Amino acid sequence: CGSTSNTDAGGLFMWMSLIGHSLRQEIMKWNGWGYVDSKFQFNKKGQAEFTGKRYRLSGMVMPALKEWFESTFGASLQHKTPASAIPNSSAVQPPILNEAFVEDLKSTGIPFSQDAEDRVFRAHGHCLHEIFALREGKVGRVPDMVVWPSNHNDVVKIVELACKHNVCLIPYGGGTSVSSALECPPEETRTIVSVDTSQMNRILWIDEKNLTAHVEAGIVGQELERLLNESGYCTGHEPDSMEFSSLGGWVATRASGMKKNIYGNIEDLVVHIRMVTPQGVIEKSCQGPRMSTGPDIHHFILGSEGTLGVVTEVTMKIRPMPEYQKYGSVVFPNFEQGVACLRELTLITNVFAGHALKPQKFYITKFKGFDPNRLCVATLLFEGDRERVLQHEKQVYDIAAKFGGLAAGEDNGQRGYMLTFVIAYLRDLGMDYYVIGESFETSVPWDRVLDICRNVKERIIRECKERGVQFPPLSTCRVTQTYDAGACVYFYFAFNYRGLSDPVHVYEQVEHAARDEILANGGSLSHHHGVGKLRKEWMRETVSRVGMGMLKSVKDYVDPGNIFGNRNLL
Amino acid sequence: MLKKRDDFEDILEERRNCSDLRYALKCYTPVVYKGLTPCKAGVLKNMVLQSDQLHYVINQVSKETGKAPEDVQEEASAILEEMAHRMQLSTVRFFAFTLCKVFKTLFRSICVNEEGIQRLQQAIQEHPVVLLPSHRSYMDFLLMSYILFTYDLALPVIAAGMDFMGMKIVGEMLRMSGAFFIRRSFGGDKLYWAVFSEYVKTILKNGLAPVEFFLEGTRSRTAKSLTPKLGLLNIVMDPFLKGEVFDINVVPVSISYERILEETLYARELLGVPKPKESTSGLFKARRVLSEDYGSIHVYFGQPVSVRSLAEGRVNRCQFNLTPRHIPKRPSDDVHSFVNAAAYRLVRAQEENMVLKPWVLLASLLLQNHHQDLDQDRLTEEALWLRDVCRQYGAFLHWPDHVPPSEVVSSSLDLHRGLVRISEGRVPAGPSGPGVHPGAGPEEQLLNQAVVVLSCASYRNQALHVFLRPALLASAMHIATSSNKQEVFNSFSFLRNMFSNEFILCPGATMQDFEEACFLLVKTGVLQITEQEVLSTHRGHRTLAFLTRMMDPFLQGYQVICMFLCEEASEALTEKTFIPAVRGFMVKQLLSGRLRYTEVLSSDLQKNALAALLRLGAVLKTKGADQTTLKVNRVMVNSLEDTLGKKPLQHLWFEFSS
Repeated sequence: CGSTSNTDAGGLFMWMSLIGHSLRQEIMKWNGWGYVDSKFQFNKKGQAEFTGKRYRLSGMVMPALKEWFESTFGASLQHKTPASAIPNSSAVQPPILNEAFVEDLKSTGIPFSQDAEDRVFRAHGHCLHEIFALREGKVGRVPDMVVWPSNHNDVVKIVELACKHNVCLIPYGGGTSVSSALECPPEETRTIVSVDTSQMNRILWIDEKNLTAHVEAGIVGQELERLLNESGYCTGHEPDSMEFSSLGGWVATRASGMKKNIYGNIEDLVVHIRMVTPQGVIEKSCQGPRMSTGPDIHHFILGSEGTLGVVTEVTMKIRPMPEYQKYGSVVFPNFEQGVACLRELTLITNVFAGHALKPQKFYITKFKGFDPNRLCVATLLFEGDRERVLQHEKQVYDIAAKFGGLAAGEDNGQRGYMLTFVIAYLRDLGMDYYVIGESFETSVPWDRVLDICRNVKERIIRECKERGVQFPPLSTCRVTQTYDAGACVYFYFAFNYRGLSDPVHVYEQVEHAARDEILANGGSLSHHHGVGKLRKEWMRETVSRVGMGMLKSVKDYVDPGNIFGNRNLL
Repeated sequence: MLKKRDDFEDILEERRNCSDLRYALKCYTPVVYKGLTPCKAGVLKNMVLQSDQLHYVINQVSKETGKAPEDVQEEASAILEEMAHRMQLSTVRFFAFTLCKVFKTLFRSICVNEEGIQRLQQAIQEHPVVLLPSHRSYMDFLLMSYILFTYDLALPVIAAGMDFMGMKIVGEMLRMSGAFFIRRSFGGDKLYWAVFSEYVKTILKNGLAPVEFFLEGTRSRTAKSLTPKLGLLNIVMDPFLKGEVFDINVVPVSISYERILEETLYARELLGVPKPKESTSGLFKARRVLSEDYGSIHVYFGQPVSVRSLAEGRVNRCQFNLTPRHIPKRPSDDVHSFVNAAAYRLVRAQEENMVLKPWVLLASLLLQNHHQDLDQDRLTEEALWLRDVCRQYGAFLHWPDHVPPSEVVSSSLDLHRGLVRISEGRVPAGPSGPGVHPGAGPEEQLLNQAVVVLSCASYRNQALHVFLRPALLASAMHIATSSNKQEVFNSFSFLRNMFSNEFILCPGATMQDFEEACFLLVKTGVLQITEQEVLSTHRGHRTLAFLTRMMDPFLQGYQVICMFLCEEASEALTEKTFIPAVRGFMVKQLLSGRLRYTEVLSSDLQKNALAALLRLGAVLKTKGADQTTLKVNRVMVNSLEDTLGKKPLQHLWFEFSS
């Protein structure tokens, strides 16, 4: 029926499954976001362009980006901060090896590596401080080895050996963490083994009667969709990182996708989870669609962030691919109206995926007499059978009109979606020119959305000023998910760090203050990024002392030896 | 202790040289809050009436009373109508014109710190602003608006007591110049509270205008700062605590009058002559006032205080996360103590920037020299000594150093000739005014004398905050049984606790206050403090004597009240009869010469003492059907009396918490 998922709009993909375990890092950057061949850069004429052939934006020149970049940050193309070119193996500490473990592992035949490059590649996620350090060629504690299990049984063997020899395991999926979850605890003295699940990437079966698929947890989002599409199905789970993030990672962090209004979040999508823990394998005995069997054990696994075991296989709900898909967009005179409209839409219909986006100037600048400094764009995606899509589309635009929203076309909508995939590449461009930044998210009840946006943005600006940032920072936000009871809000924060001796420290202090502000305004610690080590300090106040005790006692039972020792969450 | 303070500029000077009319009609374009969406008075009312907060309470009241929601809504609307301001620029201009004329007749100058004005202007743009002027006179809020108009600043909306509304036309005019009216008491009235708080918050949140109110709740008749009232402060801090605004700037404003218009009026009121109801004709009877010289006024706009920084680390704002913010809730303990501490801090900020005139020092000295005539040279010498002490303590004293001291003293005495007469270069024993007729009966004479004494005391009181902590320490040393540091501290703590209704003493700050007092007295060479002991130095005697005498009337007043409660109070003593009964007892004691200080006749002191005794549990209230009776714990009151009268402290069998 001719529909495409929005990532392959460019039509060109290179599949992970074709790549051997150590080849992954050959097509992916070791110190930045995404594919080696895809990045923003300023060409000789000083115009911004996006390289490569993978994305719709690839090969395009964006003249407005330079002006936006310079005027927003006070940055200049003359002032460059290039990254150090290649990973420096000599900077990497020699591995701490538990010889007995290595011997036993060899006998299993599971591939592993002690190569410095392999280890550095799996020692980080994509937090600003992690990438910044890599660009400066700095490497801290990294895993001592990497293993590549190719199925559930391999994982069972690895975990058994780890318990036997007391080595520390850190599960590694897509490596897209933004919570310091993949950072090796510097105080860890045991051998740290990175368990890379990328080879566990098969769909084991599809059950069309029950609309489920049983999938290995190492599979990456775009690959899962592509394979399901071949059979006429989809999961509809599309987090912004879906090109690189893995099914196991989604489960371990409680991921959310941008089409969750139609398909649900990861916790709604899983029917069955299989996880290998130091105490053995945990899973349910059947695939009933819902059970009343005490607290749902899936909820000990969902969001466990690699502290309890390795998720190996997941049964997921699938749906026939939508017959018809249509993008759309609405421009509102201001953010307040946009938010009010999204709330109304959420209550009336759940058939769209919507973003209230505060536009960057290079995106939409002029629109029908709206104040360009205040206007706000919502991008929409409708899926389903053609008739109903059109019907819903009309309904949505009618409601939008009540809030002063004007339809702004399919094209703007599609561009909005495309932007969510390339936005992470933009940070790398900034980092070439003294600009550092990050996005972070929260979820908050509807009545507090505007207050939290205003206060957090203002707090960021104020903290920057107080900490000696010389240039006004970019401090903006958007609503990315909607629920009946509230919304998910993203904050974007970036600044020009010229003149600062320790920009990352300043950045971290400001983000910390921003998180305090979020919590004080009724926002959550995280909507879907997770806690990792970055947000651990707020866990107790977030879930209460008793709540912490409950989580700890689960950890103590499941993993008394702290084999899964990434020290996330608790 | 030298504090950096701004310079003043006299805003009347220009008015004496240019047209008042042109001034009143000048172009007025104040800077406004950056996030302001302008709205008309009618829109404001709608915003209030349609707010979630008010809807919630309307439904609640409707359920509780069985009235239809529409009827309750009507009531709310009527309350709002009665309350709301209707600011009109034309009325403001009229006031500006009239006040020019009045001010120029009454006052020599109105001095304003322009840097404070600039800070305020900045603050208004950044965040919603709350103005907190001190309250000593009816003049205060007209004066505030006049100054803000003069400097082209946003005019405030002002919380005014309903009694002003009694003043027919004037009430309406005040309303049109930005006043809104609140009932004096509406404790249990949910709907009233909801309308009121929502009205204030709506103005504040949207930055429609600075909100102005008096932290002290009412005019201080004694010129001492009053214990702050927390109701409105709670309301204005709420939008910040609930995250509805990023921050709120609170600006303390200190208004100091060289001579207060209501001077003897206050004294009579404190002595039990009932205050005239505020009426338009009453105000204009004050025409007589217009012919007199009231010296100068100093208005000091303090440093804006960010509520956000005040609350940092003191209030966990997450506490508002679990209930919808529009449901009214009593402030939690930590919010309450935060607001209370903030209120004290703000009142102290007002006190700190109060300008003291030489007369304040003279009044302090004269009150202490009840029994001997002072010649003017001696008075001058003492005043110069006190001036230097004052400066060491960091007081904001305006002593014209370029004028010969004797002239400073005589011109001060001259300005206050209604309170002191000078004959042949001698200032008579104790202040005495023209109202003292030799032919009157002894009690009448006493009361006439008291009017003058209380008036003088109100000037001395302006400087109380400067001396308070050292004076408490001096008195503590006096009543302590030894110079042992711990014992002196215990006595200090006792006095501080006893007088915390009388003076502005921040709750829980006993240690800081003690240290501050020690620091000042050691620094100025009055005390030597070792690990164990607090000792006075030889040259410190004069200061210590002055400080102790400053506290004496208060100690004696409280002591007499204790005496009265132990010896005279009958079983049938009620809250209502307390003041007259105490007063009668005191008059007897004064006439018989057993009591020294006429000042104790002040009903303010008597009320404060009762409040303190109730707080300490030495007196208990029992609410009866038609009256509240007071039950005296004689043992405890006796022991308090002994301690105040310098008997050993170990008689105290209860502990005072700091």
